[in-house]
Amino acid sequence: MHVILYKETLGPDITLYRLYAPDVAAYRKPGQFVLMRISEEGERIPITLADVDRDEGSITLIIQSVGKTTLQLAQMEVGDSIPDIAGPLGEPTHIEKVGHVLCVGGGIGTAPLYPVAKAMKEIGNRVTSVLGARSENLLILEDRMRDVSDDLIITTDDGSKGNKGLVTDAISKLVENGGKFDQCICMGPPIMMKFVCILTKKLGIPTIVSLNPIMVDGTGMCGGCRVTVGGKIKFACVDGPEFDGHEVDFDEMMARLNTYKSYERVALEHYSEETGCRLEASLKQKGAK
Amino acid sequence: MQAGSIIEAKGGKMKPAERLKIPPTVMPEQDPKERIHNVKEVPLGYTPEMAMIEAQRCLQCKTPFCIEGCPVGIDIPGFIKAIEQGDFSTGVHVLKQRNLLPAVCGRVCPQEEQCQAVCVIGKAKKDPTKAVMIGKLEMFLADWEREQGVYATPPEVRKTGKKVAIVGGGPAGLTVAGDLIKYGHDVTVYEAFHKAGGVLLYGIPEFRLPKAIVQTEVDYLEKLGVKFRYNFIVGKTSPVEKIVEENDAVFIGTGAGLPRFMRVDGENLLGVLSANEYLTRANLMKAYTFPQSDTPIVKGRTVITVGGGNVAMDCARTALRMGAERSLIVYRRAEEQMPARLEEIHHAREEGVEFHLLNNPVRLVGNDKGWITGAELIKMELGKPDASGRRRPIPIEGSEYIMETDILIVAIGNSPNPLVPSSYPDLDVTNWGGVIVNEVTGQTSVPGVFAGGDIVLGAATVILAMGHGRRAARAMNLYLSSGRWTDLEDGLELCRAEVR
Ligand SMILES: Cc1cc2nc3c(=O)[nH]c(=O)nc-3n(C[C@H](O)[C@H](O)[C@H](O)COP(=O)(O)OP(=O)(O)OC[C@H]3O[C@@H](n4cnc5c(N)ncnc54)[C@H](O)[C@@H]3O)c2cc1C
Ligand SMILES: Cc1cc2nc3c(=O)[nH]c(=O)nc-3n(C[C@H](O)[C@H](O)[C@H](O)COP(=O)(O)OP(=O)(O)OC[C@H]3O[C@@H](n4cnc5c(N)ncnc54)[C@H](O)[C@@H]3O)c2cc1C
Ligand code: SF4
Ligand code: FES
Repeated sequence: MHVILYKETLGPDITLYRLYAPDVAAYRKPGQFVLMRISEEGERIPITLADVDRDEGSITLIIQSVGKTTLQLAQMEVGDSIPDIAGPLGEPTHIEKVGHVLCVGGGIGTAPLYPVAKAMKEIGNRVTSVLGARSENLLILEDRMRDVSDDLIITTDDGSKGNKGLVTDAISKLVENGGKFDQCICMGPPIMMKFVCILTKKLGIPTIVSLNPIMVDGTGMCGGCRVTVGGKIKFACVDGPEFDGHEVDFDEMMARLNTYKSYERVALEHYSEETGCRLEASLKQKGAK
Repeated sequence: MQAGSIIEAKGGKMKPAERLKIPPTVMPEQDPKERIHNVKEVPLGYTPEMAMIEAQRCLQCKTPFCIEGCPVGIDIPGFIKAIEQGDFSTGVHVLKQRNLLPAVCGRVCPQEEQCQAVCVIGKAKKDPTKAVMIGKLEMFLADWEREQGVYATPPEVRKTGKKVAIVGGGPAGLTVAGDLIKYGHDVTVYEAFHKAGGVLLYGIPEFRLPKAIVQTEVDYLEKLGVKFRYNFIVGKTSPVEKIVEENDAVFIGTGAGLPRFMRVDGENLLGVLSANEYLTRANLMKAYTFPQSDTPIVKGRTVITVGGGNVAMDCARTALRMGAERSLIVYRRAEEQMPARLEEIHHAREEGVEFHLLNNPVRLVGNDKGWITGAELIKMELGKPDASGRRRPIPIEGSEYIMETDILIVAIGNSPNPLVPSSYPDLDVTNWGGVIVNEVTGQTSVPGVFAGGDIVLGAATVILAMGHGRRAARAMNLYLSSGRWTDLEDGLELCRAEVR
């Protein structure tokens, strides 16, 4: 059992949890994730390890409520326990001193980006970060990202903070102004990663992305997480989740994420009926996406 | 429970000719029309009377071929005789001397290729399906024992203080754990999933092997003192080296969990999934109760399963229970060459699964949303035998046609799980990824490390995994007590007579 040691709301529907999980913490490296199951009848969901504290035996997860499981989790409080957390899974990020690293985070993607940016900084790289969100209140981890970045640029779709526009606009501007980048690391919604990759390919900046396909076991046994990279089938849970962004077939991955859309809605409706929980707002948000 | 004295009294004195006349006792089953709407077990079990009558069919051969046919050498006439006499607890005792998981094996062993293939009754009738129903009798005894409530606990043994790690909680690992704990060692099973049982749990469906049976076995091991660490992925949660370092011996039984795909166009369309994914969602994650349980499973009116083994039959039959109107098996060879158990093929047919044999997908087609709509199949004919001795299927040029479908499940086989070997280069593997072991002892290339089951054989059977487990456990025990590694096999020779 994994006790929730600490819980903090970072933004609307975005929550940070610190959980007791010493086994997971012991050998975790940046870029890895866990699969968790929050109840006996629960689904196994993959979540990136945003941080670990080995002395405390704890792991930090930052989770956006988007459906049944993540909403149910948000109802849990400090002191409650989560039955199953398996990990750390996936290949760790290749952390190397390359020179100037461009870290691009979109929405909840900043959560997995943070540990990588931190490691990149610690090994001696210059780090420039671009964080994008739809609106100011959806920006997360700004302070922490600032701590590990030499420069930090913020963009919002509605202009409520930083530059108005998309992260790709900000990247173009950085390069126009003479910015030279040896490596780009981009984590965020698939559509954002797709367009960042199109841009960085044109600019000749090698780009790593972290993919988030649907997973079941997370250990390479089901192939549900398969993605096409460089024309070959890869299992994101064991071969990834990070891949060369210029080789990823994003359209296929985005289509595959829709496999269970109609079922996810059923699960959510069933949950809200059962708990009488008022989820209309979240449902609407889901519908709008 | 003791059954009718008439049967009992007559039993001992019957002549072989009389015995030969008794027809095989058919085990009652759920009606096919009903059972496709539930996930309950299909066979309903023998009553004690039925079991005792079936037991009378056994001739108690002086040279019992059936024992030769059993991969773990169960004293088959021994336990059958006990059933005939109505002495079920003796029967259980005889059975469990060699088979730790009889409730499982009685249900899933390919008896028609093993004990029942060589049984003289089957030979006399020129039909192995008319042999003594050894598997059904095994199932009866094991179920009888479970229904009595508590399993007898063996007497306390002196603790040796030796620490053993078992990696993987499938039948191979559970067997090793059960044996080594009885020798007094300190045994911990590391399992990647949140429950133990391996394929018995996440692969083989409830209607064929109720999960409560697997759980009973795991609970029993726990009661004997075996420790289980769940959600622990050796090679990830902890390096393999560390597990090896911290234990006096290690057994690797991580199975054949790597799904093979067909490598045809369209395989990443929505609605195309591996048998492992389909069955894991259905079994382990209980998707059949969605939305009471949270894990969904794709449903469709037509479901094609590609493959001809037990795994394919399990998928095709699960699809019916998930509401499919048509469930089709597409297999590139002919029926005689299907590796599935006869009973599974029979049950699938009864339930209305359609068999499209000598057909093979060459391409999958989809709609503009990326969902599969059909499979292009090519007809095949049988040519000369290949390396496996089976006649090789050859595509008939120009015979391609499209078969419409909503879902396609790929059940063409699994390869050894690469997770442990790939993170532990010291472990020697074959070119197809199987861990290389000494066949007698299960010793790997690393001193102190043993392996067995599907990680060694590739996708094989429960009973072979169990057999491997038993042999490895004996060798491990000897290794733990003597410390000798190089000539461990010779040491075992001494007790060879007792073990196959
Ligand atoms: C490697 C990896 C790391 C991730 N890290 C984070 C993280 O740090 N923080 C975070 O908030 N989210 C993360 N996610 C996404 C997270 O797993 C999903 O949001 C979560 O599974 C949704 O579950 P739900 O029941 O609440 O929603 P559902 O209603 O089930 O689904 C909502 C949406 O989430 C996606 N999704 C659903 N099931 C899965 C699944 N099993 N695997 C992946 N995506 C799924 C789908 O796009 C779906 O439309 C990560 C995903 C992956 C693969
Ligand atoms: C659908 C299906 C139907 C089948 N039907 C039959 C049948 O009717 N009759 C029959 O005899 N056989 C059948 N088989 C085959 C049989 O189930 C296997 O041969 C048998 O289970 C192999 O046992 P095992 O212990 O070697 O491996 P498995 O049962 O595969 O168990 C391996 C275990 O190791 C765990 N694991 C893997 N990697 C790690 C790691 N790194 N760390 C920790 N744990 C790990 C896995 O989670 C799993 O629990 C079937 C198989 C399938 C898939
Ligand atoms: S071969 Fe058949 S008849 Fe002979 S002992 Fe075995 S089960 Fe009985
Ligand atoms: S999640 Fe099953 S193979 Fe990756």
